[in-house]
Order: sequence, then structure tokens, then C-alpha cells
Amino acid sequence: MTPAAPILSVRDLRVVFDLDEGQVRAVDGVSFDVQPGQIVGIVGESGCGKSVTMKALLQLVDEPGRLAGGSIAYRRANGTILDIASLDPRGREIRQIRGAEIALIPQEPMASFSPVHTVGDQIVEALQLHARQWRPDGGRLSRADARSIVVDLFRDVGISMPEQRVDAYSWQLSGGLRQRAMIAMALSCKPRLLIADEPTTAIDVTTQAQVLALLRELQRKYGTAIIFITHDLGVIAQMASEVVVMYLGRVMEQGPVDSIFHAARHPYTRALLRSMPSLRGTTRVALPTIAGSLPHPFNRPAGCPFNPRCEERAGPRCATHVPELREVVAGQAASCFLHHDAAEAS
Amino acid sequence: MAAPIDAAASATSAAEDRISVASNWTLVWWRFRKHKLALLSAGILALLYLVVLCPDFFSTQDPERTDARQAFIPIQSVHFFDEGRWSPWVPGVVGKRNPVTLRMEWGADPSRKVRIGFFVDGPAYKVLGVIPAKVRLIGPLDPSQRIFLLGSDRLGRDQWSRIMHGTQTSMTIGLVAVTLSVVLGIVLGGISGYFGGWIDQVIQRLIEILQSVPTIPIWLALSAALPRDWTPTQVFFAITVILSLIGWTTLGREVRGRFLALREEDFVLAAELAGCSRARIILRHMVPTFLSHIIATSSLAIPVMIINETSLSFLGLGIRPPAISWGVLLQEAQNIQTLALAPWLLLPGLLVIVAVLAFNLVGDGLRDASDPYSK
Amino acid sequence: MARFILQRLLLLPLLMVIFSIMVFVIVEAPPGDFLTSYIATLSSSGSSIGAEQVEALRAQYGLDQPLYVQYVKWMGNLLQGDLGLSLEYQRPNSELIGEQLVLTIVLALFSFVLTWIIAVPAGIYSAIRQRSVIDYVLTIINYIGVATPNFMLALVLMWGAFAYFGIGITGLFSPDYQGAPWSWDKFVDLMAHVWLPSLVLGVAGTARLTRVMRANLLDELNKPYVVTARAKGLSEWTLVLRYPVRLAFNPLISTIGWYLPQLFSGSLIVATVMNLPNIGPLLLRALVNQDMYLAGSILLIYCMLTIVGTLLSDILLAWIDPRIRMDG
Repeated sequence: MTPAAPILSVRDLRVVFDLDEGQVRAVDGVSFDVQPGQIVGIVGESGCGKSVTMKALLQLVDEPGRLAGGSIAYRRANGTILDIASLDPRGREIRQIRGAEIALIPQEPMASFSPVHTVGDQIVEALQLHARQWRPDGGRLSRADARSIVVDLFRDVGISMPEQRVDAYSWQLSGGLRQRAMIAMALSCKPRLLIADEPTTAIDVTTQAQVLALLRELQRKYGTAIIFITHDLGVIAQMASEVVVMYLGRVMEQGPVDSIFHAARHPYTRALLRSMPSLRGTTRVALPTIAGSLPHPFNRPAGCPFNPRCEERAGPRCATHVPELREVVAGQAASCFLHHDAAEAS
Repeated sequence: MAAPIDAAASATSAAEDRISVASNWTLVWWRFRKHKLALLSAGILALLYLVVLCPDFFSTQDPERTDARQAFIPIQSVHFFDEGRWSPWVPGVVGKRNPVTLRMEWGADPSRKVRIGFFVDGPAYKVLGVIPAKVRLIGPLDPSQRIFLLGSDRLGRDQWSRIMHGTQTSMTIGLVAVTLSVVLGIVLGGISGYFGGWIDQVIQRLIEILQSVPTIPIWLALSAALPRDWTPTQVFFAITVILSLIGWTTLGREVRGRFLALREEDFVLAAELAGCSRARIILRHMVPTFLSHIIATSSLAIPVMIINETSLSFLGLGIRPPAISWGVLLQEAQNIQTLALAPWLLLPGLLVIVAVLAFNLVGDGLRDASDPYSK
Repeated sequence: MARFILQRLLLLPLLMVIFSIMVFVIVEAPPGDFLTSYIATLSSSGSSIGAEQVEALRAQYGLDQPLYVQYVKWMGNLLQGDLGLSLEYQRPNSELIGEQLVLTIVLALFSFVLTWIIAVPAGIYSAIRQRSVIDYVLTIINYIGVATPNFMLALVLMWGAFAYFGIGITGLFSPDYQGAPWSWDKFVDLMAHVWLPSLVLGVAGTARLTRVMRANLLDELNKPYVVTARAKGLSEWTLVLRYPVRLAFNPLISTIGWYLPQLFSGSLIVATVMNLPNIGPLLLRALVNQDMYLAGSILLIYCMLTIVGTLLSDILLAWIDPRIRMDG
């Protein structure tokens, strides 16, 4: 894959949380690219910093967290490049990006709508706010017009009886409908990049499949690039074309979905894949697990973050030096000394 | 393949181990210790309750001793050194009658120094009403002298000593009234929450009715209904009961809510499955989970009781003289003309504020500390 | 919700019956009656009254009848809007209470408005600028506000004004308007005097409300819908005011249920200290003199105000919060 002009290019992103007990490095030098129209899957155990990374992309990291370094180069429609990491989190520029150009589908659709405002009102608000940016004529938008747009959007995302649903409160909708409404809100201003933060975790399996199908369909229809976060490798296999594997705030491996699933290089990715139940696998065999447990954020291991749990260590330097992310074969990169050596040897 | 070593887990510090085995109360104490203001307030309360135990030791004289010729004497400030040597004294006072207003006007008499000392013998008293004693924390070396550390009132009574005795009444009333409320609240709330059904309905309606009672007017009416010829002790207990009669409802609701929530908890189910008796489940499993919370709530209820008692007595319908409470003392400050003349009569009010503040801070500290899962 | 409020309304008469019995028992409880304390007052001033005369008066007031008869008579009159006669003032109670009741309600409502105007913005500011200097200052003021009894604050203010500025700050009217009939000028005069007692009355409530608002808002600020709103591109103040503040506000409405009644009964103490025309001091005097029908009427009015206050807050909460409005 030859990256022509990525819509988003993240380099060495760092987010730290200053707590009373000390500093936690939640995101510790993350880099990846998103091409226009591409679905990038980010996968990792809970607590690996995926959600924080996504919030950082929109400058949404809450106190006591803060962006501590790195760049987020975003290519705007007119071709200019904007470093989101350098924007004021409360400033006008970032607010014009949020919702209008980069939209977010949050994790919990239940709590992500205000319970005392109708769902429709909350989407109308976004539409009116960015009307100047997304409307071809750049004019203002009346409430009634905005409302009818919301009804259309609801129809688009497969909500039945959209006219009634617009005036519903979020707690009157089922989990699946709520998530569809959320997707409608995210798509309302025709963003160029969509960040979906575990959009299917909180809903049941059958609805999950429908929501995933909907997202894929919308992606094809509008050509929106999507960053898709999940801890579910199965979902990644269905959705993404490019995969980023994260562990303890660092990227362990990244590459095209087929290479990751069939030719994983990093020991962590391999362990992760082994621990995934398979329909075709032998039954009644204990599912392999990753030894040990996720370290406490204050007790980050020195060296490679995975080294205490790694079964294929390259040697003593694993515990002293941090391996950087390097391309090991074309299009696939891993941060592991095993492969650095192999790449250098060849 | 090498056995996977959980280096991170073995690296957990000793501190984490300590936390994982600490009892709930130890955890509460560790958290409470972090609130410096709450700790300081706890110290102040300890001091106040020391006064409660033996107000006579802290007073300089009999709080009832009157002397019309010594009315409205201002605060006599204590000096610890005399000509560079340790020898505490207070300046003597001299009164002159103002020929126009005919009022006594007091001034310091620099020529006369009243020597005072610590742990000196004063008028005899009884500790807790039984043990005879006469040593006092502070007092004049010459027993025939009177000192007024916080001034005197219109009858020439020593305000310092009266405040000490007022502290005893007011602090005790708060504590006893809250204890009564807590007992009522836990028993009725517990019954209501644990048994449910019609008992719950009856108790809930009772609480609703009591909560829609306008507190202050009803308290006043009830206190006014107390027979005039009751002894101070009888009045004291009656006032306590009146205060706690309405105070228990909040606690009762809370306890009920906790019981209702806890009945659904897995650990209660687990205890039931393990074959624990009902009494054991309530006492060993349910009550300890919210006991610290109840204590915190009670310590926040005490100051409310103190303010209520003070207000009632201030209006003349609570504790009645000759009994002394902070509210009774503040009755002396009711007249603005008098107050302009003797502003020190407001000092008992300052003590009310300090005590209430201390209780609130301790209560907040306890509440924060008692919830181990809060941030 | 409509059902809930209807239920409340239906319960109202029952509650009033319970309260009337309670009130009657309480005002009847002191040994003796109005005449005994009247005789005591007379004899302390040197005059006396014949035994026959006492019996005649007792019969006239119905004090010689059994308690339940007295209660039924009293209730019967109450239902016809007759609050009875004050034994002490020899005037109809409704006349005595009338204007004072209006002023009592004015004082409480004024205090209520003042409390909210101060507490809500203060709470919002404290929560949004958590751990700022102003947050700390507000927290300290709040602690002291809660700890200071109303009457104490009133005393200190009155003493300060008198001792340092030589002015009295008692009453609700200037002397010129004391007995004057109602006019625009008298109303202006009332407004000029009412804010200080209102402030004194509302201090503890303001402090408490500020803390509630701050805590609620801090809770709400961490909710995911705030992130959603921010991700939409809303400016910080717009989104805070439109979403979390709105949600933090709802539980505040339910505090009206206890706060308003508390202001009504709390005004009793402030009014007594600051010498305000209010049913509080009237009640106090009636209680001391065993003017039982006057005391009973006032106590019942307090009960009524309390119930109405609670009802009002329920209706308001249903009106503002769709989750409650649509529930049942």
C-alpha cells in the first residue's frame, strides 16, 4: 500500500495524566496514518490507551490529563495541513473541526445523550452550529429545516418512524436505536473522518451486527474515513482494512488486516490472536491466555512494555530498552527487537 | 519455554499489600487523616467534650455568683510576664459612675495587678457530681478576688465560667438528641427496609407526615407546653426528646434506603446461601457496610441540633435559667443597647459557630473517608 | 406524574386533619388554660378577678367543655373560614394574622429568590473553576454560613449597625409607613427594608444550595454526554450551561420542597430578633400566653405553607424534568 496523502497522520503522540499519586503515561508515543476513505481498526485490551488516543485526536482529553507531545497532522478539504495537537482545546479552530470535519461516535450511547433534551434537538444543535461549514450556500439553517434533515438522517441510518423518534428522549429508545441516532448525529455535518469508540460494546450481539453493517454501508456511501476502536478482534476482521495493535499506550504492531491476522510479527499480537476463540478450533481445549496481568499504570515495566509477559523475548535488552516501531516488511511495522534484528540482517 | 514471570505483580510495593489487608475502619482512618482541617476540628471537639466532663475545673468561679456592683465588667486580658519574669496577672478594674448616664464605666486600674495562677485551689465543686475537688485550671491566687476573663453580665456573673457550664449543656444536648435520633432511625428505618410490606408503608407515611411538619413552630409549641414547674433536668430531657422526635426521619429514610439496596446485593445473597441466620446477616454483613456512613451522617446532625437548641433557648422556650446553655447565655445579648455597651456578651455565639463548624468539618471528613469507593 | 400530583392533592385534606389534631393537642397540652395565665397576669399586676367571673368567662369561651367538643367546634369554625377570636387581643384571629401573613410570605419568597440568585451562579462557578482561589473562598464562606445560627447573624448585624453607624435596622418599614395604608411608596419602602432580613434568613440556605449545586455540577461534568456535546464543537460555556448545568439544576428543584417550608418557619426566629411584622412573633406571644386559638391557627397556617411548598416543588420538578413528567 503506498500512502499517497493521508487525511490524518499521527506522530509520536503522548498523553499524560498528572495524578496525586504521580504521572501516568496513558499514551506513550503513538504513530499511525489514516488514508481518505479507509477504515483503520485500533485494537487492544481495555486500559491500553485507545480511547484516550481518540479523545486526544479531538483535543478532548479531560483534566487531569493533557497532551504532552507529538503531532496530529490533519489534511483539510482544501489540502492545507493543520496540526491539531497545537490547537487550543477551547479555541475556535478546534471547535470548527469537531463535529464538522471529524466526528465522534462515543462508547456509551445511553449516557452520551442528555436525558433532558430530545434526541432531535441535540442533533439539530450540531447541524445549526456548523451550518456555515457544511452547507453549499454557507447560509444559516432554520430549526424547521434542520429538523427535516434530522428526519432524513434517521431514515438513512435505519430508524423506523423517524418523525416520532426525533422528538423522543434517549431513554425512550432501545440500545440499538440509540446507537443509530448517535451515528446519525456524527454523520449529520458530513464529516471527513469518523472516530467510532467501541460503538458496539454496549449493545447486544444481533444489534451489533446490524450497526456494523450500517457503518460499512455509510462508509461506502459517503466515503468517510473511519477510525474504529475495539477490543474485539472479530469486529476488526470484519471492518478494518488497516489495523493498529496497542498495548500500554504504545503501538505494538500495525499493518494491513490480512497481514496482521495471518502473518502477525509481534509476540503480543500473536498472543492476542491465540487467545481468540475460533469456531473451527478444536473443542474442549483450554484457550491459551496471556500470562500475567496488565501492569498497574504506576508500575510501567522498564524497556518494552510487554516484556514481563512476553514468551519470546529477544534478550536482556527487552527489559532495558524500548523498541521503536519499525517497518519489518512492506506495509507492516512492529516494535519488537526480534524483528528489528531480522530486518537489519536481511 | 520459560515460565512467565509476573514481574509487575511481584514489584507491587509493600504499600499495596498493606491496603489490601487493612480493615474497613483502618481505611477510614487513613483517609480521614488526610483531611487536616477535619483532624484539627476533631481536636477542638475533644477539647469541648473535656469541658463537658468537668466544666467546674475549667471555670474560675461559681457561674451563679452574682454581684450587682460588678455588672458589665469588660474582658480582663491575661498577661503572663511581669517585669520579664513568669508571673501571670490580670489588670484590676476600677469603676466610675458616669454622671450623665448614671452607668458604671469600667477602666483598667494599672496600679493594681490581680495575680493569677494555673491549677490553683478555688471554691469547692464535685467532679461528675460525686468526687469533691477544688483545683481549677486557672484562677486568682487570692481567693477573695474575682477575675472576669470574658467579662461579666448584667448581674455581675462571670461569663467565662458560665460559658464553661453552657458548653456542658449544649454539647450534651446535641449528642444525646442525635443518639436518640440514631437509635430511632436505625430501628424504625431498619424494620421498614428489611421487612417491607405494610410495616414499611406505615413507617414511611409516618416519616412523610413528620417531615411535612414545620419544625421550628412545632418545636416552640411543644416546648411552650412543658410545665413551668419542671426541674432543669426534666426540661433538659424533654427538649432533647422534642429535638430528636423530628430529627430521626432523615436517618430513618437513609437506613431504609440502604437496607433496600443491600437486600439485592450479591454478598447478602451469598451470605444467605451460605446459611447465615437472619440476625447474622443484618448485624455482620449489612450494618457494617453503612455504619461508618451512619456515623458520618450523625456527626453532621449534631450541629443542627445544637443550632436548634440554641435558637429555642434564645427565644426563651428551650433550656430555662437557672440552667445554663449557649442559647440561655445569648439571651443576655438580646437587647441592642446592652450589646453596644457589652459586646462581649456575643462571645457564646462565637463558640456556637466554632463548635458547629468543627462538627461539620469532622462530619464531612468522615463522610468522604467512609466511602472507600469514592474518589 | 399527573396521577402522583392528584394523589398528593387528595391526600391534602387528610394531612390537614392529622395536623389539626396534632396542633390542637399541642396547644391544649399545657396545664391550665388562657384564663389561668390571665389570672396570673392580673394578680401580678395587683388586681384580681372573682371566681364567678372566671367561670362565666370560661363558659363564654367554651373552655369548660370536653376537649373533643372544643376541637369539633374549632374545626367547624375553621372550615367556615372562621379562625376564631384571640382571647388576649379580643379581636378576630384572621384580622391579627392577615397582613402579617402576607409579609411573612413576602419575606420568605424574597429570601428564596435571593438565595437562588446567589447560590446557583456561585455553585456553577465553583464547580467549573474547581480548586481556584474563588472556589476556596466560596467554600469557606459556605462553611461559616451553615454554622452561623440566623439569630446570631441578625444580632451581629444589628449590633454593628447600631454601635458603629448609630442606626437601627429592625422592622420592615420606616416609621412613616408603619401604620399607613398600602401605597406604592409603602411598597418601595418595604422593598428597601426587606432585603437585609431576607439575606439573614437565607444565609444558611444559600450556603447549602451552593454546595449542592457545586457537587451536582461536578458529577454531571464527568458524564459522557458532556464529551458528546464538546465533540459536536460547542463552545465551552454554551455547552456547560445548556447541558450539565441544566441537569445539575433538576435535583435542586427538589430541594424547594424542604427549603421553602424551612424559610417560613425560619423566619420566625429572624422576625423575633429583628422585630419584623410576621406571624412568628405573634405565635411566640400566643404560645406564652396560652392564647390557644390564635396559636393553633398560626401553627395550622405553618403546616399549610409547608405542604403547599412541597407540592409546588413536586409540580415544578415534573414540569422541568421529562424523565419524571413522562413516568406513569
